[in-house]
Parts: sequence; C-alpha cells; structure tokens
Amino acid sequence: MYAQMVTSEATNDDPAKLVAFQARIDAGEKIEPKDWMPEGYRKTLIRQIGQHAHSEIVGQLPEGNWITRAPTLERKAILLAKVQDEAGHGLYLYCAAETLGVSRDELTEALLSGKMKYSSIFNYPTLTWADMGAVGWLVDGAAIMNQVPLQRTSFGPYARAMVRICKEESFHQRQGYDIMMKMAFGTPAQKAMAQDALNRFWYPSLMMFGPSDKDSVHSAQSMAWKIKMNTNDELRQKFVDQTVPQAEYLGLTIPDPAVKWNEDKGGYDFSEPDWSEFFEVIKGNGPCNAERLEARQKAWDDGAWFRDGLMAHASKRATAKVAAE
Amino acid sequence: MSSEWPLWEIFIRGQHGLNHRHVGSLHAPDAEMAIKHARDVYTRRNEGVSIWVVPSATITASSPSDKGPLFEPANAKVYRHPTFFDIPDEVGKM
Ligand SMILES: [Fe+2]
Ligand SMILES: [Fe+2]
Repeated sequence: MYAQMVTSEATNDDPAKLVAFQARIDAGEKIEPKDWMPEGYRKTLIRQIGQHAHSEIVGQLPEGNWITRAPTLERKAILLAKVQDEAGHGLYLYCAAETLGVSRDELTEALLSGKMKYSSIFNYPTLTWADMGAVGWLVDGAAIMNQVPLQRTSFGPYARAMVRICKEESFHQRQGYDIMMKMAFGTPAQKAMAQDALNRFWYPSLMMFGPSDKDSVHSAQSMAWKIKMNTNDELRQKFVDQTVPQAEYLGLTIPDPAVKWNEDKGGYDFSEPDWSEFFEVIKGNGPCNAERLEARQKAWDDGAWFRDGLMAHASKRATAKVAAE
Repeated sequence: MSSEWPLWEIFIRGQHGLNHRHVGSLHAPDAEMAIKHARDVYTRRNEGVSIWVVPSATITASSPSDKGPLFEPANAKVYRHPTFFDIPDEVGKM
C-alpha cells in the first residue's frame, strides 16, 4: 500500500500501562498525541504515516509528468487539481506524523537519504496519456481500498487525516476511469493505448498491497493496535473483485489468464505478482527510483533559498513590529 | 541558515453563522503566509468562508492526566440537564 511492509517496533513499557492502553484501543477510543502510548506504537506510527506522506508527495511526479502535455485544457485543469490534492494529502499526513514528535525536516531528510520509503508503485514510469487513466483508476483505486478502513484507525490525527483524504480520493479514481472510458471507446489506436496502460499497471497495482502478511508478527501487532485494519491479502482480493468488472465494462483484458470467478470463495482467482520484482523496486532498483529521488532532492535544494528568505523576511518584520511598539 | 517554518493551527468557518473549527495544522513563515497556505491546503472545495491561523506554540492545552479532576465533577451534576425533572404532561410543553 502507500505504507508497505511497515515493521512494528518492539515495546519495552510497563506491562500494566500496556494492558490499559490496549483496553482503550479495544474499546474504540482514539489515542491523541498527548496521551500515554507505548514507544513501539509511536515509532511504528511515525514510520507508517511518514511513508504514507512520502508516497503522496512522490506520487505527484508520475502524474505531474503529463500536466503540460494533457490533450485538452479541461484535462489539464483536472489533472492539475488532482496532483494538487496529492500535495494536500502529503501535508495532512506530515502534520499527523509531527504530532508524534518528529519534525517535518527530519521526515524530509529521511526520505531523501533513503532511510524512509515510499510506495513501490511510484517507481514505474508513465509513458502515455492512457497511463493517467490507469493511475487514477488503479493506483488511486488501490489506495482507497486501504484508506477507507484507516479512517477508523486508533490514532486520532491519522484517522482525521484519512477522513479528509477519502473525501477527495473518489474524484481521483473517477477522473482516471473517465480517461479510460474515453480511450477504450475511442479509435482502435486509443483502445490499444488503454490496454497497454492496464497491462503495465496491473501487477504493480497488486504489489501496492504488499506481500502476504497473514503470518507476519508485525502485522499482527499493528492490527491489535488498530493502525492496520486488514491483511494485505484481504485488501488485494477486494481490489481485484472490484476492478475486474470495471475492466470488462471497458472491453479491456486483465493481463492475467488466471483471472476467473470462483463461486466457492465468492471472489476472483488471480495470479500473484512477481514478488522478486517488488523487492528489487523496494531496494531502489525499480525503473524510476533514482529519477524520483533526484526530483525530490532537487526540489528541496532549489527551494532552500526561498524557505530561508521567507523566514528571514518574517523575523525581520516581527523585529520591526516589536521595535515600533 | 536553516530554520524550519513554525507550525500554525488552522481554524475554518465552514459557513456563515457557524463557529470556526479546528481543521489541522501547517507550516508557514508568518501569519499572512499561513492564511495563504491554509486557503490552498484546507479550502480547495469551498470548505470555508473565513480562516483563523494561530501559532501552535501559543496554545495551552489541558493535560490528559487532568481529565478526571477537570471533567468528572460534571458527571455528578445530572440536575444540570432538563431531563432530570419530571414535569407532568398536563402542564404542557416546557
Ligand atoms: Fe492521495
Ligand atoms: Fe489520490
């Protein structure tokens, strides 16, 4: 997902406090920043929310790539609004992470140094305009699967950020599907572009949910703390079940001959993605890892004089105001 | 020089007649920029008609451990609620 393979942190806290904390979570109470919380809960959340925030920010790059080349002015305005929303999502999430005692600059530096990750999906290139359709439809679609249940997560600031984000995501997915409809019902060449985009984004989208974690101790801890609400396999299955009929409507073929309705389980059978590819991308060896981090590094470096300049101006004005009083 | 922009808490009046409500926070060098950023971050879809920005550092919050002493006394004063009093039906709506 936007936060993939988040390992939970061990906790060495007072057992009585831990029991009381777990009871609050089991009772459905929200944990707020100033409340007592286990060290592991705090650290795991910083990692998870931080990774989620980084994904929103880096996730602007593959779509930002097409803003200047959108086929119409209307499409351009829509894509711009969508990418701007993702910036907003990143900001909501960074603020939620900061309530846990990490600073914005620390988070940014951890992303740039590679210490913190972002979702594997954004290391794939967007080669054609149809990819804007596939990204909105599949990538935002997969993100929604994960974000909707996270609105009920136990950490208050994270849950509230998710509520805001979910309100905006459905626009993202629908504008993507709208592009896919235009392409799939267009000329044969346009339809072929749509099919090609689906072919390239199908498995990377399935990878967004991360490898199976049904036996993972980290996931079990995170689920007990309600900072993870479903297993990766559950969400992946839901995503496939939702997406296959949408592809059928478009007259497009899911690039997996194993996709077949399974009456017994009440869902589709499908093939697992190539997990060795996933681990390579996570390690930094995906098609665009270097390019994405370079772009973020450049934005950070090029913006330094501006951030500092505004700060200097603000302090100068504050001093002048004090002097005048 | 590299100092992080300070944090601001953002309050938005959603519609005329409503209170400003806390919606989140953001970083900005000064109050003027905080309002501009708040416009972009929190009101992209007509969510507000007015914005307040407050430096986070100036907020004093009650501490979670004071929850008992602060709020429990009110629990014992049920007579503060109108439903505490039984008024006979004959009296009419009150
Ligand atoms: Fe997003
Ligand atoms: Fe989105």
